[in-house]
Formats: sequence, structure tokens, C-alpha cells
Amino acid sequence: MTVMEQRSTRRTGRTAPPPAWQPRTDPAPLLPDAEPYRVLGTDAAAKADPELLRRLYAEVVRGRRYNAQATALTKQGRLAVYPSTTGQEAAEVAAALALEERDWLFPSYRDTLAAVARGLDPVQALTLLRGDWHTGYDPHEHRVAPLSTPLATQLPHAVGLAHAARLKGDDVVALAMVGDGGTSEGDFHEALNFAAVWQAPVVFLVQNNGYAISVPLAKQTAAPSLAHKAVGYGMPGRLVDGNDAVAMHEVLTEAVTHAREGGGPTLIEAVTYRMDAHTNADDATRYRTDDEVEAWRDHDPVLLLERVLTERGLIDEAGMQAVRDDAETMAAALRERMNADPVLDPMDLFTHVYAEQTSQLREQAEQLRAELEAEAEASEGGR
Amino acid sequence: MATVAPEQAAKPATKPATMAQALGRALRDAMAEDPSVHVLGEDVGTLGGVFRITDGLAKEFGDDRCTDTPLAEAGILGAAVGMAMYGLRPVVEMQFDAFGYPAFEQLVSHVAKMRNRTRGTMPLPITIRIPYGGGIGGVEHHSDSSEAYYMATPGLTVVTPATVADAYGLLRQSIASDDPVVFLEPKRLYWSKDTWNPESPATVEPIGTAVVRRPGTSATLITYGPSLTVCLEAAEAARAEGWDLEVVDLRSLVPFDDATVAASVRRTGRAVVVHESHGFGGPGGEIAARITERCFHHLEAPVLRVAGLDIPYPPPMLERHHLPGVDRVLDAVARLQWDQ
Repeated sequence: MTVMEQRSTRRTGRTAPPPAWQPRTDPAPLLPDAEPYRVLGTDAAAKADPELLRRLYAEVVRGRRYNAQATALTKQGRLAVYPSTTGQEAAEVAAALALEERDWLFPSYRDTLAAVARGLDPVQALTLLRGDWHTGYDPHEHRVAPLSTPLATQLPHAVGLAHAARLKGDDVVALAMVGDGGTSEGDFHEALNFAAVWQAPVVFLVQNNGYAISVPLAKQTAAPSLAHKAVGYGMPGRLVDGNDAVAMHEVLTEAVTHAREGGGPTLIEAVTYRMDAHTNADDATRYRTDDEVEAWRDHDPVLLLERVLTERGLIDEAGMQAVRDDAETMAAALRERMNADPVLDPMDLFTHVYAEQTSQLREQAEQLRAELEAEAEASEGGR
Repeated sequence: MATVAPEQAAKPATKPATMAQALGRALRDAMAEDPSVHVLGEDVGTLGGVFRITDGLAKEFGDDRCTDTPLAEAGILGAAVGMAMYGLRPVVEMQFDAFGYPAFEQLVSHVAKMRNRTRGTMPLPITIRIPYGGGIGGVEHHSDSSEAYYMATPGLTVVTPATVADAYGLLRQSIASDDPVVFLEPKRLYWSKDTWNPESPATVEPIGTAVVRRPGTSATLITYGPSLTVCLEAAEAARAEGWDLEVVDLRSLVPFDDATVAASVRRTGRAVVVHESHGFGGPGGEIAARITERCFHHLEAPVLRVAGLDIPYPPPMLERHHLPGVDRVLDAVARLQWDQ
């Protein structure tokens, strides 16, 4: 007798079958398409809204210039580190533009550009990377959570915030950003599970840029795609061309609307590529070839938009130059402001640990104050 | 912040209650008073918690206010962070001490630091209730005393009640606090009874205030949580040997009440720190060092520690050898006469 036969024999003895767990829906609608969703380079591009195309183009060009400027600032020692999103601008910008003002963005450390595109002061957005404080802005002002350095740990925050907003009766959506490496973290799993169980109005955006520092996606996951992970949680998974700003904007806006209308969370995988190294401290030539990088140049998010704008006669060379000039002005202003040394007050170290300083902190603050006074006296005397 | 409404102090009626009942009452009163208080955790809803602390809350306030979550501690605490960001006051239950470890990154990297990272613009008023300590015959992972880990994390407030009145008062204050509080519940005291006036919480001093539970003159026992009863019993027993022991209940490990502890040790000249957490790298080392720094010239003997053994928490049939009992405290007190 086989094991299966034994089982079926036992089952026949029961008067009623036990209550079985039932999947809550047919999984097919949750599954992503086999190919990333694209608009640019397809017939649909002819129908894309001209205003949207022009806006996305301006934002993506600004994003490209911002990445270049921030990278240059690391070489000048003005930034301790900058994780570039060159090549990923379409995904970054779309994330910011898909949200309404009342919505919240939960960026990872790489997503400075999304925060800036959402309206954050570029200098304040770079404070963490410059090293003068951990978060340079009031998160409530633009509804941008602090850039999260630990991986995927901000995703459960997005779920909790969206859940709380819904409990209060506000139609607020949280968009949480993470990289391909971050999908291996436990917090990614817990956040998606909570969001689906609670039907929280959250959109998870994974930017699959090919590598977690040096580890390629093939060593990160055995899943058919990162978007496929959605079905296991009971939420839709969408696979999108992350370099296609129009497709990104469309899919994100759909997911945000779906969440706002009570449809629950969506997991979006944006397939893109990090053209620069992980940071200025990384040597990308050790783990990827020039050929591989070159192959992505023809699929550059700026290029894809320029092609469609030109083909449709929506922009001419002068128009493109105006956009570049505008980006250059932004970069010059950023450069100038970043070249000023930040004024730091060491006593701030004790100010924001607790609502009220403990006696232990008060003692240490006095000690530091005395050290600072002694330092000041010594430098006076040295003159 | 951190105070209980004064009108509550007027109402009388004193009756015996358990610490578990006082904790439940504190949660209920906080939820009734402030609609932003939300309880969440594994089993806190329908079951009322494995220790029944949250019993009845889901029924009274609904599933949205007292929520059974998926079984995932990092997710529970991480979601609480987001809820606090949006203006709620989440009270999270970790069910058992060691079950809180999966949430450690959320606790250390986000909960403890959010106020600091955001220059005070995003404080997180989260209370994290963690039943802790041994003595109830729990198996592995159900009896840890993990307070040293929490004490070592700046940004966290760490409190632990030892009496029924403190259980109520400290929990109300923790929930009212604008900072995250790790609220350690000594589970072997859950069923200890005390006369308690539920309408008039005894703890009105701010968090961070230690209390002298028993005045004495010849040495100070410094303790908290589950070891308070051990110390009070040891103080009674020591009278026969001519010792008049003072017993200080810290109530709050962070902030630490240096003033009360130093004043007591300066009076008595001798000190023993008693807790069931491990000794090496444990809370007692920090406390002993602080006493030595402040009271060196008043000390008649080295500051001693009576702690749990430096071992992983033992199986229940052996835990009595690990937990510091009255005899071990008395042995230490005897050693305070080292110069005679």
C-alpha cells in the first residue's frame, strides 16, 4: 500500500471533511506578465500625453544632472558617499510624481533623487550623505520618511503609516522603495505579509538594478522575477521597464489609485540598471563587464524620452537645450550651496536623544561644554 | 508628558489585585482616555494575550484598536513605527522576552533613533511590553532577562515594575511618554497580589525615579522587578544577624536615578546590586560602577553583585540554581564585612 492510499483510506473514515484553508483568490490575476511592461518604443508611445512626456523628460534630465553633480561632490570631499541612481532616474522620478501631496514616500538610502523630485530641498536631502546629521529635513513637511540605511526596514513603517491613515479615515497612500538586494531581507517579507493581511494602502517599488553592491540577481533569488513574490502574499505583482518613464508613471499611478480606493497593496518590480558603481567607494569592474554596461546605454531613460519627443515633434533641439540649461542651473546652485561648510553645534548631540535629557546626558553635556570652552581658549591663546 | 491625570487621584476604594490585572486596567484606561492608543501583537485580541493582560480590550474597543497581527515581531514593531509616525500611540506586546529578538533591528536602528535622526521632529511614542525573567518553569526562550541589551541602546527608556501599583502607574506613564519605552513585565510577579487603589495610581513620580522600599542603615540592596521580593525577604532574614538593610527599587533602568541610589549608599556605606539577569556585562556592573564613582569615599566595602549565572537560561528543572535567591543575597551581605 502506498502512502497516498493509506491517506485516502483514513480519509474515508471521516464523516465530514475538516475545514480546509482556502486561498483568498484565484492567483492568476496576481501574477506579473512574463515581459516588463513598456510604453516607449511601442505603438502605445504615439498616444502618450505630450504634457506628461515633456514633464517626465525635464525631471529625468534634472535627475541625471543631479546624480552627476552629487557624484562630483564626493570627489571634492563634500559628500562622504553618494549611491548614484544614474540610469535609474525614470523609476526615481516616477515614484515621486505618482504620489499626491498627502501621500508618504519611504525611500532607501539610494533614493535621494526620488525625495528631491518630491520637492525636498536638495541640500537637506543630502545631509545624511554629507555627514552633518542623519536626516536633514522634517519628514512631515513633504511626507518623506528619513532615508533608510538598513535594508528594507522602512517597509514595515510604510505599512504601519498607511494602516494608521486608513484607521483615521484619510485616503493616504504610502510608497515604499527598496532595491533588489533588500528583497532578501526578513523585513521585506514581513512588510508585504502585513500589508496584504491588513489590505493596507501601500505600494512597494523594487528597483532591480542588477546588483546588490556586487552580488547579481541570480545569486539573490531563485524566483522567476521579484514581482512574482507578490502572489505568495496575495497581492498583485507588476513587472515594469524601470527605464521607461511613461510606463513607470502609468503603473505606479495605477497602483497608487488602486491602494487609495481600498484595493490593497501592489508589488512593482522595475527592471533597470545601475550605470555607476554602488558608491564612489566601490569598484564595479571587479564584478561586471564593460560590454554589459554598454548594452544598457541604448536603453537609457533620457534617450528613450528624447526619441519619442523628437519622433512626435514635441520638442526641438532648442527645447532640449532649455531643459539641459535648467538642469545646469539647478546643479550650479547645488554646487554653490554644498561648497559652504555646514555650521554644526556639538551640543546638538544631546538635544534629541530623549524628550527630556536624562541626568546622565546632562552630566555629559556639561563635560563636552567644558571641553569646547577649553578648546576655544587654547585656540585664542595660540594666536 | 508622563503624568497621570490629577482628577484620578481623588477617587478612593482600595482592594487587592494582581499585577496582571493592574496592567490590563492600565491598558484599558489609557485606551478609553486617548483614542490614539492602539494595542497590537500576536494573540492580544481574541485570546486576550497568553497571560491575559489584554483580555477584553478587543471586545471593548474593537479589532482596530486591539489587533491580532501576523506572527512576526519585526513586522509588529515596524508597523508600530509607521503608526506612531502618523500620530498613533501603539502599545506592542512581545509575548515573551526572547520573542523580542527578531524585532531587535527595528528597536535599535529605528525605534531608539528616530527622534535623534530627525532632530526631534519625529518622536516615536511606542510602548513595547515584554514579559521577562524566569521562575515560572518556562522552557528555553521563555525566561530571558534581556534588560542589559535594552539599557545599552541610547534612545530607549527602560522601566520595570515590581509592585501592583507601579505596574499600573508606570504603564500609564509609559504610554503617555513621547519617547519609546521598553516596558519589562516580571512575569513571575504577574499573579502576586497587593492592596491597590485602581482609581489612584501610586506612581506619580516621573519615570526615572527610584524608590526606597524599606529603609535601613547598615547596607543598601539595589534591585528591580522580580528580585525586589527576594531582597525584601532577605532584608527581613538579615535582621536576625544584626543587619538593617535598606532596599532600593530602581523601577527605571534608563533613565537611571543616580541621586536616590547614591544618597542611600552614602547613608549606609555598603551596597549589593541584585538582579536575575547575568552578571558579566549585565546591569549590575554598570550600577556598581556608578556607585563607586559617586560614593567611593563613603564606601566601607566593595560594591557587590548578586546576579544570575553567566549561562544561557537553564532548563526549568535547574533554574532555581541560576536565579539569585535569599541565601545568595545573604551570603553577599555577609561578605560586606570583608574588613573584619
